[in-house]
Amino acid sequence: METLMTITAGVLFTVGTYLILSKTLLRIIMGMSLFTHGVHIMLMAINGLKRGAAPLLGEEAESYTDPVPQALILTSIVISFSLTAFSLVLAYRTYKEHGTDDVEQLRGQEND
Amino acid sequence: MKFSDLILQTAAKVLVFIIMTFSIYILFAGHHNPGGGFIGGLITASALMLLYVAFDVETIQEIIPVDFKVIGAIGVLMALLTGIGAIVADVPFLTQVYRYVDLPLLGKTGLGSALVFDLGVYLAVIGTTMTIIRSISEDM
Amino acid sequence: MTNLAVLPIVTPLLFGVLLFFVRYRIRLQMGLATAGTLATLIFSALLAHTVSKDGIQVLHVGGWEAPYGIPLVADMLAAILVTISSVVTLACLLYAFHALDDERKRNYAFPLMMILLCGVNGSFLTGDIFNLFVFFEVMLLASYVLLSLGGGRIQLRETIKYIVINIIASSLFVIAIAYLYSITGTLNMAHIAQRIAELGQDGLTTTVSLLFLTVFGLKSALFLFFWLPGSYSAPPAPIAALFAALLTKVGIYSIIRTFTLIFPHQPQITHEIMMWLAGLTMLLGALGVIAYWRIKQILAYNVIVSVGFILFGVGVASEAALSGAVYYLIHDMIAKALIFILGGAIISIAGTDKLREISGLIHFRPILGWLFFLSALALAGVPPLSGFVGKVMILQGGVQAKAFVLVALGLLSSLLVLYSVMKVFINSFWGETLLSEGEEKSTGKGALLPSLILAALVVGFGLGAEEILAYVRQAVEPLVDPSIYIEAVLS
Repeated sequence: METLMTITAGVLFTVGTYLILSKTLLRIIMGMSLFTHGVHIMLMAINGLKRGAAPLLGEEAESYTDPVPQALILTSIVISFSLTAFSLVLAYRTYKEHGTDDVEQLRGQEND
Repeated sequence: MKFSDLILQTAAKVLVFIIMTFSIYILFAGHHNPGGGFIGGLITASALMLLYVAFDVETIQEIIPVDFKVIGAIGVLMALLTGIGAIVADVPFLTQVYRYVDLPLLGKTGLGSALVFDLGVYLAVIGTTMTIIRSISEDM
Repeated sequence: MTNLAVLPIVTPLLFGVLLFFVRYRIRLQMGLATAGTLATLIFSALLAHTVSKDGIQVLHVGGWEAPYGIPLVADMLAAILVTISSVVTLACLLYAFHALDDERKRNYAFPLMMILLCGVNGSFLTGDIFNLFVFFEVMLLASYVLLSLGGGRIQLRETIKYIVINIIASSLFVIAIAYLYSITGTLNMAHIAQRIAELGQDGLTTTVSLLFLTVFGLKSALFLFFWLPGSYSAPPAPIAALFAALLTKVGIYSIIRTFTLIFPHQPQITHEIMMWLAGLTMLLGALGVIAYWRIKQILAYNVIVSVGFILFGVGVASEAALSGAVYYLIHDMIAKALIFILGGAIISIAGTDKLREISGLIHFRPILGWLFFLSALALAGVPPLSGFVGKVMILQGGVQAKAFVLVALGLLSSLLVLYSVMKVFINSFWGETLLSEGEEKSTGKGALLPSLILAALVVGFGLGAEEILAYVRQAVEPLVDPSIYIEAVLS
């Protein structure tokens, strides 16, 4: 199962990188989002999946899954949620201001 | 278009209450079980979103005349104040207090200062999410 | 005071949030922001004083003991940096009161500057590697908004580049943390350091350390600085000054912390790479410094040169070099804020940042002119100003380590820095004045108070080097001998 998860993370990295290298702002943001999700899945897989009961009060079990990676992922998800939201608004404003969402056409000199 | 609006609006009126109730359940369950302020806030925000989609921004703005940025700031302030309470009491920052209290109607209830923190997170999440959505939708 | 270590983080956050409620009352905002930053400064100075008296201060947040909870660790290095950040933010705020337009003031520029300070102070003080990531993000989110605030065409475009770079860097940061966690099974930096010292730093760990070097290199503009000139020249001057003084410095601090505490065991690989990257950074930054004829660009490339110089000291990693790096880091935070504020004042008076179109400002702004001259000398490391001591110590460390090529690069880059700032000084202040009295675009008076504060510090840190060095030595102790830091946290 860990292998499958690692491969999934790899696929997400690949797709994410491809999208980040494309020219449309929206695709770049989606790429960043997928990249971050790849990171989360990798973080999950790297420390081993389900090694015992859920780490909750009241679960009587021999061993518990390590809750730290999950806490890290949750924090990271919250951060990437706010970042994605912010970059979407930013991309929208840029589109309104520049009249294009093609990063190639955003180039040019500072003096205007 | 009118017709589908009617279905959506009628459904939304009912669904919003269910979603809101569920979000508050999730908020309170967060102390020992999966749940908490962040996810509760997101669910509440999704209920509000449903209202925005079913009706329109102006109508909802009249019914709920609040500045969501202020809601978010209140949330952060609440969460911060639980930490500052610990500073005033001279115990390590964010130390939480947990006590059993006899409340009217509810009987013996466990109350933790972590709940206030979570409530702050809840409000902060509603505030930011709604601000983001509103700022995109306003100049469409 | 149990909670002294958390006060420099909580105070700016509290005031930053309070400012949200008084959005349209700008005077009240200014008052609260000043009060908040002053309070932060007082708490930070108090923290530094306590650390110098009683040693490293550790606060286990929420009462959770290390290694389970998140500790805030105030050693001398963190305490000094927190204090200097508060001073610099205060100066930038004072300048921002005059230099920012009302629209930005209404749109939360001041609260965001406070939250940026919260993130910066948090990054300096935390003793948990994931918490470091979180505070980085707090700081970066505030900086994204500050960068895009006002929403000019250039600003929006540069913000997009800046965000993409930083999101990728942050993702790599999380990956690096994940690897480190799977190797050591802990997130507490002292605990990680202890485990790695026990296990030995093998190939895998060294690779992870290089991943950290890449991440912090992106954030601190070590070699991977291509995003910096654009994004530091886009925002208005007070915000650019804040960025130049604080943002890259947090990256540098993280490199210092991780590579002295966690990964000091394979210096022939990690530190060697760091030194050569630092050398390239100095060289390329110096080329940028002499190539441009626009004030904003010249100053932005100056940031890059000093990053290279500090990290050269960190790479040498002897006691002299580290002391020099810390001293120069402190100097650079103040001097960069100073020169960005003065540069901003020149641009606002002349109405352009093209050097060839500015001339003879000294005729009606003599104080500003001489302040700029002073800060230019400080930046190049001319004695007796604050840059000198740090520079000498780093170069001394470099010579002792027989890194002669890099020492030569350091000297060359200092020379080119001096040339570039003198170019700005001569072109904008000397010569026939192009503006007649009353024709200037703004008075530039707002820059005087903050730059006088910072200039006094620059002179003071140069003349009072002996006193400052006592603090710097105490800051370097846990860097040279990590066990001091580890024991303070884990005992």
